[in-house]
Amino acid sequence: MIIYQYDKSFEGLLSCVFEAYERKIFPETLQETGTPLPLFYDDAIQVFTDPLKANRVWKGLTHKLSPAGLSVIASCWLSELPESDILLFRYIRKAIDAPSSIELQFGDPDILKASQIAKKVNNERLRVIQFIRFQKTIDNTYFAATEPLYNVLPLVTEHFQDRFSDQIWLLYDVKRSYGYYYDLHAIKEIQLKDPVRILTTSPQGNPLLAPDEILFQKLWQTYFKSIAIQERINPQLHRQHLPVRFWKYLTEKKSL
Amino acid sequence: MDDAILEKLKILAESAKYDVSCASSGTFRRHQHGSIGSANGWGICHSFAEDGRCISLLKIMLTNYCMYDCAYCINRRSNDIRRATLSVTELVHLTIEFYRRNYIEGLFLSSGVVRNPDYTMERLVRIVKDLRTIHRFHGYIHLKGIPGASPELIHEAGLYADRMSINIEIPNEKSLQTLAPEKDFQSVFTPMRHIQQGILENKEDRQKFHSAPRFVPAGQSTQMIIGATPDSDRDILRLSSALYRRPSMKRVYYSGFVPVNSYDHRLPALKQPPLIREHRLYQADWLLRFYQFKVDEIVDDAFPDLDLEIDPKLAWALRHPERFPVDVNRADYEMLLRVPGLGVKSAKMILVSRRYGKISGSQLKKMGVVLKKAQYFITCHELPFQTIHEIRPERIRQLLTAARPPKEDPRQLKLIFEP
Ligand code: SF4
Repeated sequence: MIIYQYDKSFEGLLSCVFEAYERKIFPETLQETGTPLPLFYDDAIQVFTDPLKANRVWKGLTHKLSPAGLSVIASCWLSELPESDILLFRYIRKAIDAPSSIELQFGDPDILKASQIAKKVNNERLRVIQFIRFQKTIDNTYFAATEPLYNVLPLVTEHFQDRFSDQIWLLYDVKRSYGYYYDLHAIKEIQLKDPVRILTTSPQGNPLLAPDEILFQKLWQTYFKSIAIQERINPQLHRQHLPVRFWKYLTEKKSL
Repeated sequence: MDDAILEKLKILAESAKYDVSCASSGTFRRHQHGSIGSANGWGICHSFAEDGRCISLLKIMLTNYCMYDCAYCINRRSNDIRRATLSVTELVHLTIEFYRRNYIEGLFLSSGVVRNPDYTMERLVRIVKDLRTIHRFHGYIHLKGIPGASPELIHEAGLYADRMSINIEIPNEKSLQTLAPEKDFQSVFTPMRHIQQGILENKEDRQKFHSAPRFVPAGQSTQMIIGATPDSDRDILRLSSALYRRPSMKRVYYSGFVPVNSYDHRLPALKQPPLIREHRLYQADWLLRFYQFKVDEIVDDAFPDLDLEIDPKLAWALRHPERFPVDVNRADYEMLLRVPGLGVKSAKMILVSRRYGKISGSQLKKMGVVLKKAQYFITCHELPFQTIHEIRPERIRQLLTAARPPKEDPRQLKLIFEP
């Protein structure tokens, strides 16, 4: 068994691809640098991430795959699933070796699997776009926290910039401890020292929120309750569409 | 704004909630600098109410005072309910503040009729005009047209709204006049025609001058109430299919009758809204719009009502064993779509995949094609399914309906409300 070890970054993965083609030795397993090696293996190669090499691989891929195919790679990577890196390695290798685009060959288990994962990630992306709730703070920043299943924040910023370009906003992934801040000009990646301060205080008594914020949250809750038709109440369908794991940050689901 | 508005919002949302059209799709509007909002072309549901329905727009009435007395409507003048009216400023403010917090895609505005249709329509137009021109709001706007409003006002409204709708409500003119004495088909179809004309003219204008302002870019929709009158599914679907022949008609919504005025004996006393029937009508509607079915294939004089036990495509297939089995490796797109259980996505996936070789049963499964129904209607490479000819239609029907748990709560159906 051939093992490549790398830094578990996306550029690192692309560097592994570059290295493999250069050496003509292709790994069966990818591991994070520093992981103890298994008892039996044939060769273990340490790959150093090199942006130039990564770039060349990515550029090569743009000739082999459509934008949809490239986004399968990006989305699948953001799934952060344990075996997604070696799966992508094989996907990329197939893309490079094939004379024409492989992205629709669903008879191939790797291609099918990667597109299925990408689809799940995209569904999560959509859910974040649906269920993000901004709260206005005293300094007029619209703040939203979320804990998506997959690391989809990088996939949603464009949507929010397009839609809310005239308001300052901050999207924060609490699970992964990072977020994006838009200051009316550009989007910056940031880390908050203490996101909990905005998050956990009950909105009633949170001095960080804008004075009229509670009113609008109450209005939204009132609307949410009033719009349901009592004769049709359907908790199962409600849960199916509005997964419970999002409730924590949903204005309409918290108690004020 | 203060707490008093909470009460108004409650009253006016409750008055608006029986209008089911929720989709906010059909327009693509990219953001322009210095303004707020974008429309995505596909509707985004921002929440789901406790009845499981999509919340995409702030669906609200400007006022629930109404001079009309439609028997099926909670807001009819003879009802003793709490009434409220929002000011233009309040409505505009609410919409924008909700939008900025990502609660909604936009506004769905309707109104009871006060004084006369034109007076009411004028006020609706004021709001959408303010939103677009003063506040530069680019979110989605669905505006109800008031039956009987003048063509000029309908036209002005169309310059600001993405979608407009005028509800038919009752699929048969006679019944409509018994239940809503102030309305007739003409008061509904005339403004519909004006919208249609406006849209067609606008299309031509925009071909000549790309900068011509858009007119109701997401087209129009309408709604019919199901189960309030004895009309059959055939009557309803024939009307829908006639409406879909107009190029501007994008959606017909079906709303299972909720007996809000149980004292009115012109209306049936239902214990439950007819949700399964409503669901089947939506399925039939999909067959009309996306599956190239003709209305007479779904319902006709011999089968005037949809089968409540099985979906309309399966019902059609069981009536037409001679069209099956379909070879998934050869059949054209149209025929793949006719296979019960195969959707648009599966059919397209099959077309693409078979370019790379013959498709087997296990590959179908791996692609995510659900074979529960389809298995009786297809043949494929190396998998000898037992098809409709070996098993017989009656038996397939039994097999597919018996699998369900015995006493299913009809409310637990997975109703499709596509975004
Ligand atoms: S005109 Fe509209 S609001 Fe008034 S009673 Fe009839 S359906 Fe209800």
